[in-house]
Amino acid sequence: MAETSPPKAAPNSPMIEWRDAQKRFGANHVLRGVDLEVARGESCVVIGGSGTGKSVLIKTALGLLKPDGGEIRIDGRRVDQLSEAARVPLMNRMGVLFQGGALFDSLKVWENVAFRKLRGAGRKALAEAKEAAIEKLRRVGLGPDAAERYPAELSGGMQKRAALARAMMADPEILFVDEPTAGLDPIMSGVINHLIREIVTESGATAVTITHDLSTLRTVADKVAMLHQGRIIWQGSVAEADADPNPYLRQFLAGRAEGPIEAVR
Amino acid sequence: MTRILAFLAALGRPVLALCAGVGRFSLFAFGAFWRLFAPPWHLREFWRQALRIGYFSLPVVGFTAIFTGAALALQIYMGGARFNAEQVVPSIVEIGILRELGPVLGALMVAGRVSAALAAEIGAMRVSEQIDALRTLSTDPMRYLTAPRLAAGILTMPLLILVADSLGIFGGYLVGVRRLGFQPDAYLQATIAAFQWIDVVSGLVKAAVFGAVITLMGCYHGFNAGRGAQGVGRAATNAVVGASALILVTNYVLTELFFGS
Repeated sequence: MAETSPPKAAPNSPMIEWRDAQKRFGANHVLRGVDLEVARGESCVVIGGSGTGKSVLIKTALGLLKPDGGEIRIDGRRVDQLSEAARVPLMNRMGVLFQGGALFDSLKVWENVAFRKLRGAGRKALAEAKEAAIEKLRRVGLGPDAAERYPAELSGGMQKRAALARAMMADPEILFVDEPTAGLDPIMSGVINHLIREIVTESGATAVTITHDLSTLRTVADKVAMLHQGRIIWQGSVAEADADPNPYLRQFLAGRAEGPIEAVR
Repeated sequence: MTRILAFLAALGRPVLALCAGVGRFSLFAFGAFWRLFAPPWHLREFWRQALRIGYFSLPVVGFTAIFTGAALALQIYMGGARFNAEQVVPSIVEIGILRELGPVLGALMVAGRVSAALAAEIGAMRVSEQIDALRTLSTDPMRYLTAPRLAAGILTMPLLILVADSLGIFGGYLVGVRRLGFQPDAYLQATIAAFQWIDVVSGLVKAAVFGAVITLMGCYHGFNAGRGAQGVGRAATNAVVGASALILVTNYVLTELFFGS
């Protein structure tokens, strides 16, 4: 029986939407009512200090964490109420680049990239899946020799590229990126940032990137949102961010210890 | 009155925690068994785990079995000598190895090797977000990680224990013939005469149950590992202790079921 896909939302509606999203861990109230919309084909970068709930924000949209309140919609569908099984068709439209890459240690790099094509409903023949994986790896600048290695044998930058290739394998409509430059040197950070920007522009995917790296912000963002104390306190374009006198934004962009954001958290 | 309440609370907390733990483990085990019977199955992962849990455990299980059989023969000979019953060595070695020592010691050795490794591996996967990554790749982590390991444990443990049984009896034979002066033919004939299928079958059923216990404990503690290296280390320790304790308890229950009447 053919799988019936849910009706898509109107083309001008936001692709991803958080409405009063709340999440707490015990006494720690991490998200205190996040309101954020990401339009179709837009690349939104969420900035904020460490421990402000940036990762929690995208994990609630991915269904990895269940919000305690509010609504989260992707393509018009409430995702915070979906069961694991109902989430699968939606997950097939998404790609995720995790902070540490999250490549599977026990699989070769090409097997990681081809993971979806080797299993499940969209399963392809081994040779076809491998060819597709090597092509995606080539797109992120990794050759066939890297494809045959295990993740632990790659440098941090190569692992990030491989993880990006895996995230892009299914040509996702939505891309979530968690701290893409964490642990990388400035040159490799620049390479990864440009790759993300190129891929998002090429594919027309909607992207949400979370970072505290300003080089990522300037390279990847169409829209900037600043998360502070569990709420989005500012949003706008990069040019608007540069011009806005908001003291929180100014302190963050200037990287100053003095200001309304406490340096010791 | 306050002291009595404090005492009762101190007594109740670990009991409640134990009940909650048993409940969580039971739900986890039910989920894992359910996925054994409902497709899709990850067969490549199953073969990988069968090799790892079964084949690579052969040396340690074989080593344990052969020396256990040898020591058992010596003990029975010396114990039997007190009642002029040295001739029971072949039959008691056989019964002891097939019913108890082969499955239990073999399983305890595999528990030490496999439970800890599974807990550490899955715990590290959890810490490095690989389990989250599985879910974002539309793959159920329980189905991909736990079900193949559980199936591999249940199916390979009886094979391992068959090898352990053979080597254990062979260890007893070597000591009996080389050290205690038994005639090789007589020792073998006594072993064959004492053979009963129920001894082998009960041991193999125990082995399959122990295979489930070892893999479930490893996976459960891995999935519930705390953050950081300390959390992963604690998960590995808890997996080995939990698996070993549960092997001893289930061994008693199964022995009662098979031979209690």
